[in-house]
Amino acid sequence: MTDLAHPSPADEARQGLRLPTVVFGAVLLAGLIALPFAADAVGMNSLISLGSRVLIYAIAVASLNIALGFGGLVSFGHAAFFGIGAYVVAMLSNHADWGTPFLGFIPGTNSLILCLLAAMLSAGVAAAIIGALSLRTGGIQFIMITLAFGQMVYFFFTSLSAYGGDDGLMMSGANAFFGLNLRNRTNFYYLCLTISVAGFWLYWMFMRSSFAAVLDGVRQSPDRMAALGLAPTRHRLVAFILSGIGTGLAGGLLANLLRFASPDTLNWNTSGLLMIMLILGGVGTLWGPFLGALVILVLEDVFGAWTENWPLVLGIVLLLVVLNTHGGLVALIRRLTGGRL
Amino acid sequence: MTLLFEQMLNGVQYGFMLFLLAAGLTLIFGIMGIINLAHGAFYMAGAFIGTWVAGVTGSFWIGLPAGLAGSAVIGLLVEFLVIRRLYARDHLEQVLATFALVLIFNQLATIVFGRQPLMAAPPQLLSASVELLPGLIYPVYRLAIIGVGIAVAAGLYLLINRSRIGMLIRAGEADREMVRALGIRIKLIYTLVFGLGAVLAGLAGYLAGPIYSVQAGMGDRIILPTFVVVVVGGVGSIRGAFVAALVLGVLDTLLRAYAPGMLRGIMESSAADTLGAGLASMGIYLMMALVLMARPQGFFPAKG
Repeated sequence: MTDLAHPSPADEARQGLRLPTVVFGAVLLAGLIALPFAADAVGMNSLISLGSRVLIYAIAVASLNIALGFGGLVSFGHAAFFGIGAYVVAMLSNHADWGTPFLGFIPGTNSLILCLLAAMLSAGVAAAIIGALSLRTGGIQFIMITLAFGQMVYFFFTSLSAYGGDDGLMMSGANAFFGLNLRNRTNFYYLCLTISVAGFWLYWMFMRSSFAAVLDGVRQSPDRMAALGLAPTRHRLVAFILSGIGTGLAGGLLANLLRFASPDTLNWNTSGLLMIMLILGGVGTLWGPFLGALVILVLEDVFGAWTENWPLVLGIVLLLVVLNTHGGLVALIRRLTGGRL
Repeated sequence: MTLLFEQMLNGVQYGFMLFLLAAGLTLIFGIMGIINLAHGAFYMAGAFIGTWVAGVTGSFWIGLPAGLAGSAVIGLLVEFLVIRRLYARDHLEQVLATFALVLIFNQLATIVFGRQPLMAAPPQLLSASVELLPGLIYPVYRLAIIGVGIAVAAGLYLLINRSRIGMLIRAGEADREMVRALGIRIKLIYTLVFGLGAVLAGLAGYLAGPIYSVQAGMGDRIILPTFVVVVVGGVGSIRGAFVAALVLGVLDTLLRAYAPGMLRGIMESSAADTLGAGLASMGIYLMMALVLMARPQGFFPAKG
């Protein structure tokens, strides 16, 4: 399923922080902090929203990487968790407006913290169910069954006419967070940045963990890991659930950014898009998810304004990347910098 | 009762449509080990090229070979330019590369033919309806699709089980290294199988034109159910694809016809219609999940 020569990222992460990585991270963080000021200075406010989207997708792609890159679980259904996160936030906030409880007993809420926690919990539960069932299969069947579950979730949410059906679910405003106005792009951007940095730190801890090492071993040889007394399926399932939780968080943030839960977030094209970002950035790498999200969304922004044929461009870029690069942008940068980064 | 029978026939017709696509897809996976998400592009190519030629010439019967030839050319081109480089890659890369092809072909169709659906009409010869049972008037064209489906199924059976090419295909599925060692050019067989799959998909697309609409993205709507058919039937098995296509075709059509009505009994009608449509769309995916739970390899797992 995954090639065995794949370098083990967990091994690399365990070597600790190397100076170039620290420098790169610090420069990147400084750039991200400065972005709203720079955008204001050049009068391009849309850059701030683009920045928020990049951070949100980076969270989703990093989460996908836990399942796909480390667990070797090629999930074609991650749009389900992304969309569940978005819809849960929009539903709770709408119920808060309507003053009616969700499902008749869960009170609606407009608190950002509660909404995001609910999004993560729901996506996690969905991932536990979908993962437990899908992990009974492997190979192409796993890809297809996750796709099937993704489609089921898609059709389920778009069939709920009380929650907008095919049109998606609008929110009257962004969630509330300690009196901070999240409708303000800059405020929301810094919120996303804070969550991303925290998430990135967790992601780094994950890469260094013994859990990631076992997962890596399970991906390369489930039989050997089983022989060592480590249950492959249980580790994979935990990875799948973690992955779902992170993707749900990203979906909840996206709903807040757009103040809208879109059926598009549940579409199989979104699952494909997340995979594209991961492949382009570099599967199983530290910076890959961020770089992949950044490049794809910036390209989309540039080409989307310039031509309506953006999907054609995306398709060609993707095809060239898959056929010609091994390891995505991170590998390319490594080659160019002689492996120092 | 006649309504149920009519819906069953619609289901069988949809099932044969799925079979035309699934047969090629399952063969391609079985012998070449390639997951081709872009199979729907050949369906779309057959529909667009055939319908366009039929529109220009005014003849359904000139459009037919044009559509088949068009999908064959595009299929062989895709095989030559992209698929050949994916044989040794893992599933993830195959999925992404062929997903890229889906994006490219959908957009190309929009660029070349525009966003408006192309109009397609059944040929004069088949445009009538016949009374199958008292009170059941059914379009001949849909019956003709069922006939074509049966003919293709029989033809494939003979081709795979009774011909020399079929023998090589089966041998390639079982042990491709051994086939190569015996001096057979397996690459040529791959190309043939891929071309055959593309032509069958193009045929399905062209025949679908007068029933569904011919527009960009039409392949997406049918390719996911086709994958469900392939996986439920057992990847690589034509017999499995045949059974699964008919079962799922009928199931899907009946759910769409009856789910909203059943829900209308317990809730208000507009909500029942959307929920019913949604549940009907979920039906085949639910069935796929259940089948994979019970038999991870599908109904008829291919040997080897």
